[in-house]
Amino acid sequence: MSQRTPLYDNHVRAGARMVDFAGWEMPVQYAGILAEHEAVRTRVGLFDVSHMGEVVFRGPKALEALGRAFTNDVARTADGQAQYGCLCRDSGGIVDDVVVYRRGAQDLLVCVNAANRQKDFEWLAGHAGGADVRNESDDWAQLAVQGPLAAQLLQRLTKVNLSALKTYRFSQGEVAGVPCLVARTGYTGEDGFELFCPPDRASKLWDTLLDAGQPEKIAPCGLGARDSLRLEMAYRLYGSDMDDTTTPLEAGLAWVVKLDKGEFVGRDALVRQKEQGLARKLVGFVLTEKGIPRHGYRVLQDGTPVGTVTSGTLSPSVDLPVGLAYVPPALAAEGSTFSVEIRGRAAAAKVVKTPFYTRKP
Amino acid sequence: MAMEFPDDLKYTRDHEWARSKGTRIVVGITAFAQDQLGDIVYVELPDVGDAVKRGESFGVVESTKAVSELFAPITGKVVEVNDPLSDAPETINEDPYEEGWMIAVEPSDPKELQELMDAKAYRAFVEEQE
Repeated sequence: MSQRTPLYDNHVRAGARMVDFAGWEMPVQYAGILAEHEAVRTRVGLFDVSHMGEVVFRGPKALEALGRAFTNDVARTADGQAQYGCLCRDSGGIVDDVVVYRRGAQDLLVCVNAANRQKDFEWLAGHAGGADVRNESDDWAQLAVQGPLAAQLLQRLTKVNLSALKTYRFSQGEVAGVPCLVARTGYTGEDGFELFCPPDRASKLWDTLLDAGQPEKIAPCGLGARDSLRLEMAYRLYGSDMDDTTTPLEAGLAWVVKLDKGEFVGRDALVRQKEQGLARKLVGFVLTEKGIPRHGYRVLQDGTPVGTVTSGTLSPSVDLPVGLAYVPPALAAEGSTFSVEIRGRAAAAKVVKTPFYTRKP
Repeated sequence: MAMEFPDDLKYTRDHEWARSKGTRIVVGITAFAQDQLGDIVYVELPDVGDAVKRGESFGVVESTKAVSELFAPITGKVVEVNDPLSDAPETINEDPYEEGWMIAVEPSDPKELQELMDAKAYRAFVEEQE
């Protein structure tokens, strides 16, 4: 019972290979993952991310209510600013990682992962605290334009002054005549924009971007490249790197947890965990021997299983096998060595600083 | 898509091909398999001298996203391995039937080859998959 975004026909027409992702029929690749990955790193790529969900908090209680359900400090954002953070359970376990787009103190749009559309809406509605909380997922399509040439392409199609739009800021305007929320956000590590638009305008906007982007040699990009790009940046992927049983502190997301901002769901558990010390930490590593680490492969120390790989690939941009893994804190420091068990063989690995890839200046 | 399945080869349901070459049988994966995998970035093959058993895994081929096992079409001993593939795994995508060959096997039972599909049967099998 797969769902389709408004861009399904566009993908099929472009020769995409479609797969099921979280109950959605999505393009995994068009020309190929490596070509698409390179397009985003060197030119510009176009992604359909309409499967993601949107939950909106409105009313005089909106800011306060969302603040109690979110680990980051949305009260410190300005109108027109976006902020990344987590929704946590009382246990401190992560419900989802989300981006909040503050249109106003009484109007906040929460962008949630596709797999968690219903789960997050129900959870947020259950923590509404007097705010008007609505599931607007069906009211939005979303396109991501990512790469060093994204701004120059997009500026030709919009009057929104993109050079004045800083990272994690957004503006409402028109792109090729389509009303959009234009956000300088993304999941690739390159400069780029996420465009939230009405679903019935999305297909035309997609075609317009592909056409207008010909001088930049724009490439349609699928979920395959989306994953290799984010992994090179060590951006976490809910479902792979964290779930209800992991806390943001364990997942290396302490930077979006503001324990001092006031009460929020999970705060007490996280404070306790911080005081007691973590039992495991998510780290970035490279293999120093042949092989490719994959989700579920065991981390070994002197032959003993001590952790697990949560994401891994052969990084196209740095040409090394890279991954993220939960390890005991004693193995979390940069330079620590361990092995990754690959089909019965122990492949040597080393903890490195992340991101694995640095954007060209 | 008019994909190539050479007439002189035999094929398995796991999308490997086998070619008789004197006393040896050369093994690789088909054009359909490499297309399904996408860009191949890694390959793991057995060593010369290793035993392979029909229907059992003899290695893996990996794309950016996924790991795919390789299944032996016949039983025997590995006598040659295409070593250059480990530095240039994309050869399998570019030329799956010639330069992309993987292992050569001394078969313990040459009759096993006859139990595999011919090109026509394999093409029909592939068309069913799509």
